[in-house]
Amino acid sequence: MKKYLTLPNVVLALGLLFLYAPIVSMIIYSFNNSRLVTVWDAANSPTVKWYGALFRDRQVMQAAWVSIRVATMAASAAAVLGTLAGLVLARFGPFRGRALLQGLTTAPLVMPEVITGLSMLLLFVSMEQLLRVLFGIQFDRGMTTITLAHITFTMSYVTVIVQSRLAGFDDSLEEAAQDLGARPARVFFRITLPLILPAILSGWLLAFTLSWDDVVVTQFVAGPGSNTLPMVVYSRVRLGVNPSINALATLMVLIVATGVVISAILMKRAEKRREREMRMAEAGLNQP
Amino acid sequence: MAASSTASRSSLRSGRIGPLWELFFRYGPPRWSEYIRRNWAGQRLVIAVPYLWLTLFFLVPFLIVLKISFAEFAPFGRPPYEPILRWMQDGALQLRLLFGSYSYLLHEPLYISGWLYSLKIAAISTLLCLLLAYPMAYAIARASPTGRNVLLMLVILPFWTSFLLRVYAWIGLLKTDGVINNVLTSLGIIHEPLEMMNTTFAVYVGIVYSYLPFMVLPLYSNLEKHDLTLLEAASDLGAGPVRSFFRITLPLSVPGIVAGSLLVFIPAVGEYVIPSLLGSSDQLMIASLLSDEFFHNRDWPRASAVAIAMLVVLLVPIMIFQYFQNRELRAQRR
Repeated sequence: MKKYLTLPNVVLALGLLFLYAPIVSMIIYSFNNSRLVTVWDAANSPTVKWYGALFRDRQVMQAAWVSIRVATMAASAAAVLGTLAGLVLARFGPFRGRALLQGLTTAPLVMPEVITGLSMLLLFVSMEQLLRVLFGIQFDRGMTTITLAHITFTMSYVTVIVQSRLAGFDDSLEEAAQDLGARPARVFFRITLPLILPAILSGWLLAFTLSWDDVVVTQFVAGPGSNTLPMVVYSRVRLGVNPSINALATLMVLIVATGVVISAILMKRAEKRREREMRMAEAGLNQP
Repeated sequence: MAASSTASRSSLRSGRIGPLWELFFRYGPPRWSEYIRRNWAGQRLVIAVPYLWLTLFFLVPFLIVLKISFAEFAPFGRPPYEPILRWMQDGALQLRLLFGSYSYLLHEPLYISGWLYSLKIAAISTLLCLLLAYPMAYAIARASPTGRNVLLMLVILPFWTSFLLRVYAWIGLLKTDGVINNVLTSLGIIHEPLEMMNTTFAVYVGIVYSYLPFMVLPLYSNLEKHDLTLLEAASDLGAGPVRSFFRITLPLSVPGIVAGSLLVFIPAVGEYVIPSLLGSSDQLMIASLLSDEFFHNRDWPRASAVAIAMLVVLLVPIMIFQYFQNRELRAQRR
């Protein structure tokens, strides 16, 4: 008989309660009728009026559109750059400057956001000056600078995921393809890419989430007039609790939870299918 | 493939000029596998792309921050600092490096207390995180395989939802008329509402809450790999569960503890959003000082000096983190 009431299990339950209590309370209060978020208006609740208010809020909707575009572009570029960096670090063996590249890719993971934000802004300011002096080009901070900054700090996450995925299996398949006469680019597209595609996809998703959620770096590099969703949320939340932000949070939690559960099921299925295929292949090989 | 190239080479040597395709063949597919490993031009290109990007957008910005931290503050300038390199009238190049911003950081009480407060907050929240995460990771690692996947997903799931909104959720819980106070008062446990918002306590809660997954995951991936027969051996030899935990499990999990602690400690020192939403405005953490200096006072040189000082302080933990990260990757490859 296995004991369930052990100390680690009790702490685990408490820890999960700690992780989910704020989210659950936020979801519950998003259906509260009262503007005073903490007073439950039992007579008129639940209500979805804050959801209506959220969708009629032009500022929030505009900011969400900006955020979606920035996050999509940043995550896609970060996926490409991060995959290249991960491939180089995992497969290209020792080359001059490899240690520096490794350092440059892992440092942004732990770099405090204020430092990243400040340094990126100062870079953009210098670039602005340079472009104005050299070419007379006027260049304003806005979506472009936000996207460039987001690409830079999210590509590290893609790199780490891709690199550790590549480190997880040896390069015998790639070598076999090479020996059969495939050129490097072909080896990459036919062998390496399909193998690391799940890693690239989860890297893309992570990059999207981080970009979608970032407020500190964005605040530094955004010019006047370009607001992302987190910036709007942050400026409102500083003034206190706001019921339509609860509604927004509930929607985001629902979307993310659905996405994570679906992707977990799909991955489980793909894994099962692969196992079945492997077994069939082995059975086929053993036949005389 | 070796044969074909030798054949074409010997045909050239013998003076017989073969058909044109034979020349092509010499540099065609059969030689490629050898060729890339030595000096495929594409390899350089593939290396160059991420290298250039990171140099331009990560390394160069730091050099600019370093440069500006030595510049003189010009309150009404655009940008608000004097250039450090300047051509004099006689054609000489003048280099002016001011250490004023740095010496200010070392002498101003506001900054000294900001540093101490940030380090204290980061250290204590790392410890609290570890104390909470270790049993959690242990329980997950010893669960059944299906249970493991579900529990891991439950730990990671909040991480995928917005960090900002999760910190915001605590305002509703911690406020004087918030959920926690309402529940405790209605249960009769307290009579006066507790003051929790805008306190150091709220900052601890926020940081532990936000960074908990970063501590649980490295610990889990370490604890999961432990060889359980060691514990069986220890118990056969008469060691109790507490003794075998402290003599076997804990020492084996040191890499996980170090990785998790650094993943919490380093960003916590520079945390900005959590203290500004949950903490008090009397005691500022170093990141808030930097951002105030930059946005309110427009003192770019001093803000840059704060950033450089922060990097110097965090350099040792960051390097330890990188060392462990690389070791982990190498161990995986083996």
